[in-house]
Amino acid sequence: MKLNTFISENKSLIGLIILMAAVSFANANFLGVDNMLNILRQTSINAVIAMGMTFVIITAGIDLSVGSILAFAGAICASLIGMDTPLVIALLVTIIVGAGLGATSGVIISYFNVQPFIATLVGMTMIRGATLVYTQGRPISTGYFDVAESFYQFGAGYILGIPNPVILMIVIFALCWFILSQTRFGRHVYAIGGNENVARLSGINVKKVKILVYALSGALAALAGIILTARLESAQPTAGLGYELDAIAAVVLGGTSLAGGKGRIFGTIIGALIIGVLNNALNIMDVSSYYQMIAKGAVILLAVVVDSRGKSNA
Amino acid sequence: MTILLELQGIEKSFSGINVLKSVDLTIRAGRVVALAGENGAGKSTLMKIISGIYQRDAGTVVYNGKEVTFANARQSMDAGIGIIHQELNLLPELSVAENIYLGREPTKLGKIQWDVIESQSKKYLAQLKQDIDPKTPLGKLSIAQQQMVEIAKALSLNAEVIIMDEPTDALTDIETAVLFEVVDELRAQGKGLVFISHRLGEIFQMCDDIAILRDGEMVHQGPVAEITEDELIRHMVGRELSDQYPFVPATPGDVRIEVENLTAHGAKEISFSAHAGEVVGFAGLVGAGRTELAKAIFGENPIQSGTVKIDGKPIRLRSPQDGVKAQIGYVTEDRKQEGLVQSQELGTNMTLTGLDRFCNVLGFVNKASEAVTISEYIEAFAIKTRDANTIISNLSGGNQQKVSIAKSLVPEPKVLILDEPTRGVDVGAKREIYTLINKLKAEGLCILLISSDMPELLGISDRIHVLSSGKLTGSFDRDEATQENIMRCAVAGQTNG
Ligand SMILES: Nc1ncnc2c1ncn2[C@@H]1O[C@H](COP(=O)(O)OP(=O)(O)OP(=O)(O)O)[C@@H](O)[C@H]1O
Ligand SMILES: [Mg+2]
Repeated sequence: MKLNTFISENKSLIGLIILMAAVSFANANFLGVDNMLNILRQTSINAVIAMGMTFVIITAGIDLSVGSILAFAGAICASLIGMDTPLVIALLVTIIVGAGLGATSGVIISYFNVQPFIATLVGMTMIRGATLVYTQGRPISTGYFDVAESFYQFGAGYILGIPNPVILMIVIFALCWFILSQTRFGRHVYAIGGNENVARLSGINVKKVKILVYALSGALAALAGIILTARLESAQPTAGLGYELDAIAAVVLGGTSLAGGKGRIFGTIIGALIIGVLNNALNIMDVSSYYQMIAKGAVILLAVVVDSRGKSNA
Repeated sequence: MTILLELQGIEKSFSGINVLKSVDLTIRAGRVVALAGENGAGKSTLMKIISGIYQRDAGTVVYNGKEVTFANARQSMDAGIGIIHQELNLLPELSVAENIYLGREPTKLGKIQWDVIESQSKKYLAQLKQDIDPKTPLGKLSIAQQQMVEIAKALSLNAEVIIMDEPTDALTDIETAVLFEVVDELRAQGKGLVFISHRLGEIFQMCDDIAILRDGEMVHQGPVAEITEDELIRHMVGRELSDQYPFVPATPGDVRIEVENLTAHGAKEISFSAHAGEVVGFAGLVGAGRTELAKAIFGENPIQSGTVKIDGKPIRLRSPQDGVKAQIGYVTEDRKQEGLVQSQELGTNMTLTGLDRFCNVLGFVNKASEAVTISEYIEAFAIKTRDANTIISNLSGGNQQKVSIAKSLVPEPKVLILDEPTRGVDVGAKREIYTLINKLKAEGLCILLISSDMPELLGISDRIHVLSSGKLTGSFDRDEATQENIMRCAVAGQTNG
């Protein structure tokens, strides 16, 4: 009984463990500390985006614009650093820009009744366009001021041997977990996804909550953009292409329902790790990147099928 | 009399809890059997087992002399068993006709014959005296009209056995009378019917036999003629219940809510006021505009003109949020679409409107104090549930209704609007709700009660207003109000438009 519930509630975790066990059989180097940290670091960008996406998907929405916001925010941040802006200000401005872009989608969705898919698809196209215009299609270097070095450290440094992006991911995880499970805002997010009518008639300001949710998603996409830009010491205009799909995949692998109203932030982290482990495993096993895409798609499909079968039998 | 369907020794458990214990039931041709029992007694579960929605753990179902097991609702439907569900199972975005023929649309060369669907739908609706355009999106209809569509759907199946799980709980006397005429016809045609209702009067009026479930056990079966209402109640609840409408005269305080010349969609120039510590009832037929009025006062239905004052101060009502802020509580008539998030837990649903009570300035929820309040309400309302984490859709209908009422009370409102508060609630629990209304009234709450259950309205209101076609057509004090008076006003506006 108890074990059954545990298994059905933690399918993604069990999936991750099985995957890791399988890979470590195939390759002895896989389980090394270095490789583990490597996986965590590679996962952090997707995980940060996917945590924002989790909020959006719990409200029964979707955010396709995250990859473009990542690129735009990266470009803004790189030029700010290049202009010798103090680090904290550069980071804050970038995150606010991301939140603003997300909030704009939120406004379009809630005040103009545009479906999230369409609104953020438009956002994805326009923001990518704006990034290309702004960067003139060329990478923007973070320059040679001192601040560029501390910016690089922010994205590539370590604290107690743990890569900074991983620490950031953990902090964001704790924050998101707290918001979703311990605050009024979190309750409202779930209620809106469960039944928007009921939420409205319960006196919830549905429009405001939705705008905040897309703003959060935008802010976290911008943070991901900062991490990426810092590591590369430059912003690429084509950065983040297709990242929205990896984020959505992580959320869904983590057991959050695209229909809304259900989901856990912990699941999303696991989902992101599954994708990260898979990427890493295929790399260290020297699978060509063409086959990697097929393999990744197949695993996601398998996970989702297992999950939905479990649901209909319950 | 031929036996159409016979159940023997039916057992059913949900996650280890036994909700049906060796239940027998016989459905005969040309007879209506009433299935009675408290909320959560297992009535709907038993019916869902007949119709293949749930699978029995043990026991046999014999249909037309053959043992059957239906794997899903489609199979039972094809075999000639129609069910009208307690919780409406219609799709609000589709048209009335599409809903009636959903999943079995007649086709010709692969093309759906819309004209047939629409004319047939119209025919069945006409049989129920409903003048509804089959092309209307279902969501645009009132709950009562939706219920009539659900009934039309069952008729269109041409089933041998028709199960009606609380078909009347959303209907007023007029539609109920129409439904009963149809039931009479079906009985004359030799169909076997099961009728579930918490309005006991209807059982005596309509049914031939009665079967009573208590806590999953069949405690009595026999002809309706051989049982009295008191005996029926005793079988249902296992003890005596006296005085169904306990009334305590009001000691009204100050004027709490004043509605002046309010016009909104479905309501025209309505004025009334209500005091702290009184229950003001609203009577009217389906479509009279009572729910529209309630929603206007709550901020959901945009006000076109007129004012609403609370404690003498005019309030702005642009959204339900304003209504909640003005300390108005509203229990919706439609708990599935508007009242509760069906897929989420009992506890989070109950505190959704009143969550502020448990939040600090930063919006952190104090789960411990929240849990205390939730369990207090579960106990006070005798909500039948394993714990506060049960998913709403797994509760019986009546228990969902109790959660819905508790939800509106958590924010501690000054004015409480109850829209059909005892829909689907059993006798015992109804009485508990009336007692609760009296208690809240004594504490100074101002209660506006919308109900289609006339004895209930007469039984617990201090005053009654009657609406017809969106207008206020009559007002009565408790001692002047009679069923005839009210009915006269309720149809008054209808004839002169
Ligand atoms: N899918 C389910 N999962 C878990 N428990 C369930 C499920 N369906 C019903 N139950 C439980 O079974 C019991 C019987 O429920 P049922 O809906 O049959 O009651 P009922 O007699 O129809 O009540 P009401 O008059 O309130 O409609 C209840 O305690 C209910 O919580
Ligand atoms: Mg029921």
